[in-house]
Amino acid sequence: MSSPRPTLEQLLQHDDFARRHIGPGAAEQQAMLRELGYDDLEAMTAAAVPAQIRSARPLMLPRPLTEREALDRLAVYASENRQATSLIGMGYHDTVTPPVIQRNVLENPGWYTAYTPYQAEVSQGRLEALLTFQQMVMDLTGLDLANASLLDEATAAAEAMTTMLRVGKSKSHRLLVAPDLHPQTLAVIGTRAERLGIEVVVADPMKALDGSSKDGGECFGVIAQHPATDGRLIDVQALADKAHAKGALLTVATDLVACVLLTPPGELGADIVVGSAQRFGVPLGYGGPHAAFFAARDAYKRQIPGRLIGVSVDRHGHTALRMALQTREQHIRREKATSNICTAQVLLANIAAFYAVWHGPEGLATIARRVHRLTAILAAGLTKIGCKPRYQQFFDTLAIDTPAAEAIFARAAAAGINLRRLGPAALGLSLDETSTPALVTLLLDLFGGKQSGLDLARLDGETPDAIPAAQVRKSRFLSHPVFNLHRSETEMLRWLRRLEHKDIALNRSMIPLGSCTMKLNAAAEMMPITWPGLARIHPFAPRDQALGYGRLFKDLEDWLKEMTGFAAVSLQPNAGSQGEYAGLIAIARYHASRGEAHRKVCLIPASAHGTNPASAQLAGMEVVVVATAEDGSIDLDDLRAKVEQHRARLAAFMVTYPSTHGVFEAEIKEITDVIHGAGGQVYMDGANFNALVGLARPRKLGADVMHMNLHKTFCIPHGGGGPGMGPIGVAAHLAPFLPGHVVVDNGNGTDGAVAAAPWGSALILAISWAYIAMMGPHLKRATQVAILNANYIAKRLAPHYPVLFTGQNDMVAHECILDLRPLKEASGIGAEDVAKRLMDYGFHAPTMSFPVAGTLMIEPTESEAKAELDRFCEAMIQIRREAAEVEKGTWPAGDNPLAMAPHTLAEVAAETWTHAYPRQVAAFPLAWIQHDKYWPSVARVDNVAGDRNVVCACPPIEDYLQAAE
Amino acid sequence: MARKYSKDHEWVEVSGKTATVGITDFAQEQLGDVVFVELPEVGRTVAAHEQVAIVESVKAASEVYSPLSGRVAEANKAIVDDPAKVNADPFGAAWFFKLELSDPKELDALMDEAAYRAFAAESH
Repeated sequence: MSSPRPTLEQLLQHDDFARRHIGPGAAEQQAMLRELGYDDLEAMTAAAVPAQIRSARPLMLPRPLTEREALDRLAVYASENRQATSLIGMGYHDTVTPPVIQRNVLENPGWYTAYTPYQAEVSQGRLEALLTFQQMVMDLTGLDLANASLLDEATAAAEAMTTMLRVGKSKSHRLLVAPDLHPQTLAVIGTRAERLGIEVVVADPMKALDGSSKDGGECFGVIAQHPATDGRLIDVQALADKAHAKGALLTVATDLVACVLLTPPGELGADIVVGSAQRFGVPLGYGGPHAAFFAARDAYKRQIPGRLIGVSVDRHGHTALRMALQTREQHIRREKATSNICTAQVLLANIAAFYAVWHGPEGLATIARRVHRLTAILAAGLTKIGCKPRYQQFFDTLAIDTPAAEAIFARAAAAGINLRRLGPAALGLSLDETSTPALVTLLLDLFGGKQSGLDLARLDGETPDAIPAAQVRKSRFLSHPVFNLHRSETEMLRWLRRLEHKDIALNRSMIPLGSCTMKLNAAAEMMPITWPGLARIHPFAPRDQALGYGRLFKDLEDWLKEMTGFAAVSLQPNAGSQGEYAGLIAIARYHASRGEAHRKVCLIPASAHGTNPASAQLAGMEVVVVATAEDGSIDLDDLRAKVEQHRARLAAFMVTYPSTHGVFEAEIKEITDVIHGAGGQVYMDGANFNALVGLARPRKLGADVMHMNLHKTFCIPHGGGGPGMGPIGVAAHLAPFLPGHVVVDNGNGTDGAVAAAPWGSALILAISWAYIAMMGPHLKRATQVAILNANYIAKRLAPHYPVLFTGQNDMVAHECILDLRPLKEASGIGAEDVAKRLMDYGFHAPTMSFPVAGTLMIEPTESEAKAELDRFCEAMIQIRREAAEVEKGTWPAGDNPLAMAPHTLAEVAAETWTHAYPRQVAAFPLAWIQHDKYWPSVARVDNVAGDRNVVCACPPIEDYLQAAE
Repeated sequence: MARKYSKDHEWVEVSGKTATVGITDFAQEQLGDVVFVELPEVGRTVAAHEQVAIVESVKAASEVYSPLSGRVAEANKAIVDDPAKVNADPFGAAWFFKLELSDPKELDALMDEAAYRAFAAESH
C-alpha cells in the first residue's frame, strides 16, 4: 500500500525535534489514552484541567526550528559576542577546561543529567567527586570543613554574614565590611542585610576595630577580601586578632589560586572563608554557572549553609558516602531555616575538583607561580615605563594609578583587551592561567603608548616574587592520594568513567522524581554551552561585546512572557529559591513604595515546599501557615480567616500551581482574588510549571510574580544537584522592583541584586533558548503528554498502591502521589524500602515523603516513552508482590528483598548466601533486568551512624581498598 | 514529686528547688534515632518557654524549650557524647539539664501524666 504523497511542509520536519523530545509516539499516546478512556489529547486535557483556568489564546511562539537551524541561530548569536582578553578579574578569570574533563564530564549526560544525590546508594560517584571538592577547599583555604558548594561568591558571602550572626557570641546586629570587597559581593550582602535588620558598615576594618575611625563600636562580624578586589594583600592575621578581641568573627573572601602560594586565611585566624572555584576549569559563561565555596571551622558544622557530604557506612560496614546533616536543610526547617538555599552547583564543583585532581598539587603550584611571575614581570615593566602599580605586593591583580587611564583603557579595548576601570584615574587588571609573555609585552606597549622595548627574559631574571616572605604558604595541600593518582589522560579517563558508572542518571533509566521534572536534556540544547563565543565572555565585559547574549536574553524573556502572561522577566536568580527570594523582595519593595512597608505577613499553605517559608523568613516576612483540607487542597475557610486576621499587614501569599499534591485546584482564581482583595500580592511557585505551559497563563490565574525553574520545565540539566536557574516573571506594577546590578546596567537599576552576575548563570540560558526555539507551539503538546504520562502511571499503579490525591474526574496533573502508609501499617514495608528496592530494578526512586510523609511522588515528564513507563510500572507492581509475601509471612519482616535493598554485586556473588529469599530474587526479580543490570556500588547507607559521627573529609585510601576486598 | 509535662514534650521532675528536665518518650519516638544534642551552658539564666537546647535526628532538628524559669545548674554531657541514650532512656539517664528554679509556681501551668497522655495522643 502506498502512502499519500507528503507535503513539502511535512518533509521539512519542523516538528522533528518535538517528536523526539516527547517520549511516546502517536501510537503509544493513543494506547495510553485508550487505557484512560479518552479519544485524544484534547479530550484528556479537558478532563484533567479545569476549564476556568484554561487559556483561550494559544501560544504565540515562532515556528519551531530544526536542531540544525537552532544551532545555526545560536552560532550567529555567539559570533555577535566579541571574545576579548578579559583582565577585569573581580572574581571571574579565564581558565582552561582540561579537554579530558570537558568531554567526559561537562559534555557527558552521565554527569550532567543526574539528580541531587539524595538517594546515596545510586549516587556514590558524584558523592565521591563532591567529597573531593570539599577536601580541596579545606586544603586550599586552611579550614576544617567545607560544604559541597553554593550558588556564587556573593551569595556565599551573604550566607557567611548570617552564619556569623548565628554562631557568634555578640549580641550586636552590626556587620563591618571592608570597602575593597568585589562590588557585586557588597551589593548582595546589602540586599540580604537590609531585610534581616542587619546594619552594614562599610569601612576599613582595621581602623574601625581599633577605634581610630568613627566606624568603631561593637559588631558581630567582619568580612574582608584577600587579595582585595584591587589586588592588595591584607594582613589577615592582624585582622582576625583584632576582630576576635572585639568579640567578632571574621569571614575572608579569597581566591583558590592565590591560596596555592599565599598562607591561606584559615591558617591566619579566619573563621569562615568563601570564594568562587570558577577559575578551576569552569568557563566564564558571561556570569555562570560557577561553584562558590564555603569553608568554616569544624565547630560550625551544624550551622553552615548548603549541602555537606559526609562519610558513613553501609549495611555491610563498608565506607559509603551520603549527604550529612540534612535536617539543617530548609525543606525540613521551613520558617526556622537559616538559609533558603539548598541548591549547590554540583556539576561545576565537580569540574573544579577534577581540575585539582588533574593538575595535582605540583600542577596547581606551577599554574599559580606562572600567573604570579607574569604579574610580577608586568609590574616591574610598568614601573620602568612610569606606571608604577599602587601596591608592591600582590598575587595576580594590579591597580595602576595614572592620569592616562581613559586613553590606556581605550587603546587596550582597541587591541581586544578588557581592563578594569578602578576610577577616573586608575585601572585594574588580573592575569590568569591563559596569560602569556606576549600578553605582558602587549600590555606594556599599551600602557606606555609605544613599544616598551623591554626584554621579558631580562625582567624575569631581575624581578623577585611580590609576595612577602611572611605570607608565603608553607603548609602542604592536596596530599590525599586522590589528588596524586590520576596524572595520565588514560588514568583520568577511566577514573571519571568509574565514578560515573556508580550513579543512575537519565542516560540509564527514567528518574521519576515528583516536583523535579527530570525530562530530556537534548544534545542539541547542550552543545552550545562549550562554544567559546558563549563560554569565554566575562560577565562585566562592555555590553557591546555581548550583543549576541543580549539577543538571546531578549528572545527568552519574550517567550517566557508569552507563556506566563507577565509583563517583565528578570533572568538574574540562579535557583528557584533565589527566584522566590527576588520575587518576595520585589513585593516588599512594592509595598514600601506605596507607603505600606508594614505589610509583612506572608501566608503559606502547609503543603508548600519548605523553601517557601525559608525564603519568606529571609525576605523579612512573618510566615503564617494556611491549613490543608482533607483532600489536599488549600483550606479556603482557613485562608479567608487568616486573610481577615492579618488584613492590614498582609504582604503576600505563596502558592504552588498545580499544587505540590499534583492537583489542579479549580478554585485558584477565587484564592488569588481573596488575597488581592486584602491588598496582598500573589507569589506563585513555578516548580510545577511543566503542567501549565500552553494550557494556562499564571498571570491570568492571579499571580503577580512567579519563578520558573529552567532546570525543570526548560531543560537545563540538573547536573547532579546544580546548576539551576530561577528567573522570575512579574506583572507590570512589580517590574520597577526587579533585581538590578551594581556593575553592569541590566535595565533594573543598581538596587536589590540577589546574585553576583547581572543575568545569573547566563551561559545555560542557551539551553532553555534552544528548547523553546525547537519546540515552539509544540510546548503545549509536551505539557499534555506530561499529564498523560502521569495519569497513565496513576491508572496502572492504582490497583496496587492508593493514589493519594486527585482532581476533577479523578485525574492528576503531571505527577501523582502513592500512599505507602497503609502498606507500612500492614507489613512494616515503607516508602524508603520501596525506594531502595527500585535500585535493584535499575531505577532511581521517586520523591520520598514530600509533600506527605510516608508517600512516594512520581513525575514521569513527557520525555519518557510508554515502554519505559511500563518497565517502571512492572517494577513497582513486582515490588508490591514482594511486599505481599512479607505481609503473608513468607519472608520475615527483617529479612526480605525490600528491607535488605539494595543488593550489591559483592553480596549477591558471595560464597555464602544467608538471606531468607533467593539470590535470583535479590538481583534479578524480573526477566528484563538480566539484559541491563545496574549494580549499586554500596548497600543501604546508615544515615544515623554518619550523622552521629560527622566526617566530611576524604577518608584514607585504605578505607576504599578495604571496601573493595 | 510526680513528673510534670509541657506542651513542647519536655518533662520535669522537681526535688527541692531543683528541677530536672528532659524530653518525653513520645518526643524521642517521633524524632527517631537521635544523632546530636546541644545543651545550655551551666550558669545561664533562662525564662520559661525560652529555647535552651537542640536535639537532632536524621529526620528532624528540634528546639528544646525550658518549661520553667531559673538558672542552669547542670547539663548532662553524657547525652552529648552518646545521643543514642535519648532514645534508650528518655526519662532516666538521658535527662537534659537541671534548673535552680526562680519561680516554682510556674509548675502549676504544666500537665500531669494523664493530661499529657491525652495531649500526646491528640498531637499524634
